[in-house]
Amino acid sequence: MVKRFGPITAVDGLDLEVPEGICLGLLGPNGAGKSTTMRLLTGQAIPDAGELRVLGHDLPGDAKAARAEMGVVPQLDNLDVDVTVEDNLAIFARLYRVPDVAAAVDRALDLARLRDRRRDAVDELSGGMRRRLLLARGLVHEPKLLLLDEPTVGLDPQIRTELWTLIGELRSRGTTILMSTHYIEEAERLADEVAVMAKGKVISRGHPVELISEHAGVQTAEIYGPPELLTEARAKAEAQGLSVRPAGPAIAIVGSERAENGAIPDDAVVRAATLEDVFVMLTGEEAE
Amino acid sequence: MRRLEPAAIGGVMSRELANFRTYWRGTTFSSVLEPIVYLLAFGLGFSATLVDEVDGIPYIEFVGTGMVATAVIFSSALPAMFGTFVKHRFQNTYDAILAAPVDVEELVTAEMLWIGLRSGTYGCVPLLVTIAFGLDPAPGMLLVPLFCFVTALGFAGFGVAMAATVAKIDQFNYVTALCITPLFLVAGTFFPIDGLPQGVQVVAQLNPLLQLVELVRGGAFGFEAVDLARFAYLCGFALLTWRIAIRQMYNRLID
Repeated sequence: MVKRFGPITAVDGLDLEVPEGICLGLLGPNGAGKSTTMRLLTGQAIPDAGELRVLGHDLPGDAKAARAEMGVVPQLDNLDVDVTVEDNLAIFARLYRVPDVAAAVDRALDLARLRDRRRDAVDELSGGMRRRLLLARGLVHEPKLLLLDEPTVGLDPQIRTELWTLIGELRSRGTTILMSTHYIEEAERLADEVAVMAKGKVISRGHPVELISEHAGVQTAEIYGPPELLTEARAKAEAQGLSVRPAGPAIAIVGSERAENGAIPDDAVVRAATLEDVFVMLTGEEAE
Repeated sequence: MRRLEPAAIGGVMSRELANFRTYWRGTTFSSVLEPIVYLLAFGLGFSATLVDEVDGIPYIEFVGTGMVATAVIFSSALPAMFGTFVKHRFQNTYDAILAAPVDVEELVTAEMLWIGLRSGTYGCVPLLVTIAFGLDPAPGMLLVPLFCFVTALGFAGFGVAMAATVAKIDQFNYVTALCITPLFLVAGTFFPIDGLPQGVQVVAQLNPLLQLVELVRGGAFGFEAVDLARFAYLCGFALLTWRIAIRQMYNRLID
């Protein structure tokens, strides 16, 4: 699939298949084309080339029918702030043609744990409650597929954990989820499979554990110290064919278990390889 | 799925209704108070000193029936412009709606219908106020809500199209100064247009508000055959702005 905006190619030959019943994490830095991919999937963007099939519907022609069976949780909070919690849900239950609106609203309120706030206006809710409501709104019609676009971007750690619990519950119920994120931890915790995306295409895909062993090995050694020491350590490691990446104030030698005679200083911090190592190596961007 | 599904249009309108329930008091208050103030200022002020009547109609009744058009344009074009712009750019409301099984055509149609209904209702207020000031009720007045509704649809489409066209919200100043104010002044509300130069009179005939004013006065004082053409013109105006609004919004909302 290809999508261009003037001179910029946001999605550049993306090839992606999401199997039923899994949570696929679309992991990539800002500008990798994740949000454009989400908009292509809802028919809010029309691809310049390629084929797009969602739940058996060909897009963009059949986008409306596809949207009826999927739920979307946007990156930006677009709730109606003056309207009550239950009305926000009821409006979307109607837009999704749910036969029993009242029952759907009750179910969504339970999911968001907002039953006792149902008659309050949205702007009286806390940030965490609003995010839970946004998630429940996307689920009000019990969709087969859920699109989560950066579900916890810019949120407090506490609210993020709260949402992760909710998304985890959905996952265990078997809802198919496609989640874009640029948070490593989010992908690691929630995704059954991760597709690493950069410059508009998927550059690697697999279970987080597989990706780590394939691209990063077993261990990573982080070396802290003055710049001269870091430069020297980097040169030694690279001479042995090891990958080195910046890690904030330190450098990280990826696959350090393969290092020989003194490439890793004694005071280096050796830890298990993570998805972050994979992400930084593949995309060349520092992770968040 | 079919085009223009009632469920999609009704769903979008139910969102407007839910929001309206939070702000209807202020809107209703100003829409009732405004014609009263105008009638007192212009009607009583002018008729006491300058004008007694126009074409045999007491001036206060002339202005009161004309004010219907003022109420319609200010409760349709402006909310359509600002409301659409705010929902699109600041609240991302349309992103949420278009992620549901609703397309741009249904979204624009619902927004226009909602504004049409609301403005069609508020448009009748000046007529009721004028009746309270002494205008005799007439059976033809029962058609005024319909006239207002159709005109408001047209101006709602105009407003939505403008909101989808301007780059920044302050560009609405140009739209208001170049379009809305002239239309509102040369509608035959406060003075009959036959006093204006011939050229201006011809152009003024294109003003949907002028046609609405004539229809409202027809309802109050007796219709003429030409009123059918006036009504057809308003329907055409609504149809035209509907299609333009859909095209502009599609270009704006779909990448």
